[in-house]
Amino acid sequence: MSIVLGFVALMAVIAFAWLSRQGLADKPWLETGAVTRIPSPGGRPTGRVGLGVFLAVVGGLFALAGSAVVMRMGYADWFALRMPGVVWLGTALLALASLCLQSALMAARRGDARASRAAFGAGALATLAFLAAQILAWLRLAETGQGLAANPGASFFFLISGLHGLHILGGLVALARVAGRLGHGAPPRRAVPGLELCAVYWHFLLLVWLAMLALLSGWASDVAALCRAILT
Amino acid sequence: MSSTSEDPDSGIPPAEVPDLPPPHAHGFWSRWVFSQDAKYIALQYSGTAIAIGLVALVLSWLIRMQLGFPGVFHFISAEAYYQFITMHGMIMVVYLLTAIFLGGFGNYLIPLMVGARDMVFPFVNMLSFWMYFAAVVVLAASFFAPGGPTGAGWTLYPPQAILSGTPGGTQWGIVLMLVSLILFIIGFTMGGLNYAVTVLQARTRGMTLMRMPLTIWGIFTATVMALLAFPALFVAAVMMLFDRLLGTSFFMPALVEMGEHLSYGGGSPIVFQHLFWFFGHPEVYIVALPAFGIVSDLIAVHARKNIFGYRMMVWAIVIIGALSFIVWAHHMYVSGMHPYFGFFFATTTLIIAVPTAIKVYNWVLTLHRGDIHLTLPMLFSLGFIVTFLNGGLTGLFLGNVVVDVPLSDTMFVVAHFHMVMGVAPIMVIYGAIYHWFPLITGRMLSHGMGLVHFWVTFIGAYAIFFPMHYVGLVGVPRRYPEIEAAFVPDSVATLNAFITVAALIVGAAQLLFLFNIAWSLRFGRRSGLNPWRAASLEWQTPDMPPRHGNWGEALPVVHRWAYDYSVPGAPRDYIAQDDPGPAAAWRHEP
Repeated sequence: MSIVLGFVALMAVIAFAWLSRQGLADKPWLETGAVTRIPSPGGRPTGRVGLGVFLAVVGGLFALAGSAVVMRMGYADWFALRMPGVVWLGTALLALASLCLQSALMAARRGDARASRAAFGAGALATLAFLAAQILAWLRLAETGQGLAANPGASFFFLISGLHGLHILGGLVALARVAGRLGHGAPPRRAVPGLELCAVYWHFLLLVWLAMLALLSGWASDVAALCRAILT
Repeated sequence: MSSTSEDPDSGIPPAEVPDLPPPHAHGFWSRWVFSQDAKYIALQYSGTAIAIGLVALVLSWLIRMQLGFPGVFHFISAEAYYQFITMHGMIMVVYLLTAIFLGGFGNYLIPLMVGARDMVFPFVNMLSFWMYFAAVVVLAASFFAPGGPTGAGWTLYPPQAILSGTPGGTQWGIVLMLVSLILFIIGFTMGGLNYAVTVLQARTRGMTLMRMPLTIWGIFTATVMALLAFPALFVAAVMMLFDRLLGTSFFMPALVEMGEHLSYGGGSPIVFQHLFWFFGHPEVYIVALPAFGIVSDLIAVHARKNIFGYRMMVWAIVIIGALSFIVWAHHMYVSGMHPYFGFFFATTTLIIAVPTAIKVYNWVLTLHRGDIHLTLPMLFSLGFIVTFLNGGLTGLFLGNVVVDVPLSDTMFVVAHFHMVMGVAPIMVIYGAIYHWFPLITGRMLSHGMGLVHFWVTFIGAYAIFFPMHYVGLVGVPRRYPEIEAAFVPDSVATLNAFITVAALIVGAAQLLFLFNIAWSLRFGRRSGLNPWRAASLEWQTPDMPPRHGNWGEALPVVHRWAYDYSVPGAPRDYIAQDDPGPAAAWRHEP
């Protein structure tokens, strides 16, 4: 559970850093009228704050899944999964999608509608290709005797890649809404807030995927051993 | 200290959040069914939670009938008993208490108490309720599924939860329970995003965090905790569903059942326990913190006194929220752990008692020399303080490893958690309903019926759970439908019969409460505006009950905290939060 404890500690630091700027030492019983020193709410777009909170929830979810992997890795029957090559291709596609959405955002900020639409389309396609690659990886694993229930590593791979894929699918719904705002004739700056949120979400899911992959493929087994040692 | 101004409006910044009208309902369906108005959603949440809570109430009667008079009711088999305790526990903890505090009170009170027109994501908020409703339907469906609901105990510990020896283990019961939990968590996440972001983003001008009523502090902190804790239950539920349906072995070790080797192997039930309690312990505070906040406000209003130690109360809420994430393994002392591990968790558990005790002292000091009105909200608040104190003290026993080990899995534990997170928060829910019913309906609940309800519930709850501690101390284990053992004295059977009679009476008193609601909706005395003369913002709406958009033409501007009661020199014994007042005339001197 040390991964999730680390995650909660990070959240606590962020929360206390924010709270420390909110005048928690004030004496409201002595004060009437305006309080000018404390920033008013609403300084940041609501969508961005909402996404921040949601990413904390998603981060927690994968930190917990990662913690379960680390605990399970301590048992004698655990061995690292032999990843099919298509997993690496899929990872590259997700990185490409993340990059494309960032380019689309930057182009939209510049007001370059054409470049923004092209990068956006490439990002959406790369994301779909990533999902297809994940399904291929599942099939390849099943063919090579590493099916869902074959060994603990495979079970966790199916579980985590499935959960991750569902989050990507949810992101695609948001992406479809942004596509409407990037439609022909519309000024690209209208799509900037939505594109910004999508780009951040994609970067975050890429990071999550890289972390999970490092854990499941055995790259991070030393870190995992250290995590287990801390709590045992 | 913040700078203050003589001119009440000077320096209050313009609203950065544009004052956009919330989505309007255009007909029956969008007003009453798929409403995006947080007030309607709150009522939908509360109605559904109370409805499924009634099922839990009936189950508690059946549990007590079996324990009080074993062998008399032939339709209560051992399997049925396990199913009753499982469903009773899960419904009460998750589908009633969590849902009503956050989905019910959170939805109704957050926008009104922080001066917003509605939640920031109304459509997502609507979806949140319907996901919750689907979760309740799936849960209730398990009563009618082949094999009935799961009887795994509310903790759903594997491996027994998905084995044939447990009711619903290899049939539909456990599957429906897990699916229902997954739906609940998805729905809660949608709602929780709204509660947290509305507090962060949509507070009206002048409403700094340190001017928020403690109710909002409690609900806000509990929401943040729930957003971080519920994913643990989500992951555990998905993994167990995989084990049950797809043959994985996340939690399932190698097993022989009825002489036959099962296909499972290598999994760890302890991993489930870590995940479950990483959710399960914060869950206690997810229920308790809103109750702490609400009771603070009820006491201040009905004792006509500002809350004692507001800053400490806020800090205590935040500190309790943070600490509750590092105590989970005190539920696992008997699962086998390194002694230092147990020492660490016992220490953190006892440290949590410090901020909690501060809160209890502050409630008592608020009452001290207050102008106490023994209204129904005040009575229930007093009932809460006493009950929470009792439950908390037995928690100190159980937090210590050496005391916990012999008491583990006895009725002492059942008595403890029912006092601290069953009766105590329910006292607050009742107090809150009596308090805010006029805001919601424009009518008062019947005082006479309320008095009967309070005294029967309060005395009855003690008649049930006080003797249960003794039953546990002599060693009677929980989760046994019937026990005949040499170490169990005859007095236990007598006490069990007594407890059962008390439980039936207390249950009946809750039906009187429901009747009171129905009767008062039609015949209750009209409340008028602000019947309790409360200072917080929700009572300052132009209409009672508040209309769509809450605030009429313009959003309110907040000039003070929510606890200006009995201020010397003030024309009334309260000053509303949005009252600019003759500047500085009523201000306390430092």
